[in-house]
Amino acid sequence: MTRDVHVSAIADAVKKLCMEANVSLEPDVLRAFDRALTTERSPAGRQVLQILKDNAELARTKRIPYCQDTGMVVCFVELGQDVHVTGGGLEAAINEGIRQGYKEGYLRASIVKSPFDRVNTGDNTPGVVHVDVTPGAALKIMIMAKGGGCENRSRYTMLTPAAGLPGVKDFVIECVKTAGPDACPPLILGVGIGGTFEKAAILSKKALFRELGSPNPDPMVDALEKELLDKANRLGIGPQGYGGDTTSLGIHILTYPCHITSLPVAVTIECHAHRHKEVTL
Amino acid sequence: MSVTAGSDGIKDITTPLTDADVQSLKAGDRVRISGVIYTARDAAHGRLLPLIEKGEKLPIDVKGAIIYYTGPTPPQPGQVIGAIGPTTASRMDKFTPALLKLGLKGTMGKGYRGQPVKDALREYRGVYFGAIGGAGAVLSRHIKTAEFVAYEDLGTEAIRRLEVEAFPAIVINDCHGGDLYQDGQKQYARE
Ligand code: SF4
Repeated sequence: MTRDVHVSAIADAVKKLCMEANVSLEPDVLRAFDRALTTERSPAGRQVLQILKDNAELARTKRIPYCQDTGMVVCFVELGQDVHVTGGGLEAAINEGIRQGYKEGYLRASIVKSPFDRVNTGDNTPGVVHVDVTPGAALKIMIMAKGGGCENRSRYTMLTPAAGLPGVKDFVIECVKTAGPDACPPLILGVGIGGTFEKAAILSKKALFRELGSPNPDPMVDALEKELLDKANRLGIGPQGYGGDTTSLGIHILTYPCHITSLPVAVTIECHAHRHKEVTL
Repeated sequence: MSVTAGSDGIKDITTPLTDADVQSLKAGDRVRISGVIYTARDAAHGRLLPLIEKGEKLPIDVKGAIIYYTGPTPPQPGQVIGAIGPTTASRMDKFTPALLKLGLKGTMGKGYRGQPVKDALREYRGVYFGAIGGAGAVLSRHIKTAEFVAYEDLGTEAIRRLEVEAFPAIVINDCHGGDLYQDGQKQYARE
């Protein structure tokens, strides 16, 4: 049995997600601020965390964007193989939703048409769309408004298998150090390990959609995440880089099998403006 | 003197700034900025540089001024401005020493500055302020008026004149070589 979903429903859903994500942080991020406030030793750091909480509250109640960089929309779609999209193309519908949402929400247009001539497209389109085809008839759309300042500190490396786990750890911590204050700490890290060059990068984005503070389902990887988080928070960078204990709010890892010769590691740097929302149609 | 110490330990700054004002500021000082400041980021700096190189007049008087690196969101009806937090300052490093040489006193953004900028802060007596990255909604409350002064075609990247009131910031790099990022991290790092 296939199920029809019209493109207008998809555009409408994406529009709402974009508008909501930019003014209303999800509870997982707000809870992470509260947790950090209980452990942060630095007065300047605590003050920053408190302002971020105030900022979230003001953004939600007055519908002012949480951050002026309202991001590039990164969209992960889980498209049930029994879903039949009608009335047009899926990606076009997503971009239509972005266009409408960024206009109606008074959100910033931050996308340039060509990486060379750098002329603004004026409506924040296009987004970056990843589609997974899944069993069933559900259509799940997850969006993230991905800030540029933190994205620009994301990194990739191809380690040798001999470099192993210690090499992975060193690289991730190195990424936190180089991101430093530029990426608006406290940071959230998405880490993709394994697969190929592009697979690792996509995993590093996808990892960010897991609920912040929730355990990784794989106990070994969960322990690794906690170890890395502790290491990152010992660097002393702190909120906004003013010095402190809260350099990162969470490190999420996704892994994938890889070639006998490879150990790809990708790290997406996300900031505290972790604007993510999802809906199932 | 346009820098005064508030009873809460926060320094009140009124623009424009003099050399003496700048010299009184130290890395780690929390400040509240009031008066006029200008916005400019990548594209606007890209247009200012050729003018400086040719010795032509700039669309803003940078003497004693503060430039805020930001690209706000559009205002909703009835608002002065949308969200207005800082952008990454190092992308402007290439342009900053030339502006400081012309008398610019302050820049405000987020993130590390390169050594040539830090050297120029010493040589020409300038200060680099950090605003809280990502606190766009809270910071918008401190903007009283906003108007375009140049390059309106650049949209969010245009140069705007802002009147600000008690805009909260912190001194990251002072003109004495002080660096809050280095000091803060050293103080809280745990091996
Ligand atoms: S890094 Fe994040 S919080 Fe900072 S300016 Fe960019 S989107 Fe906003």
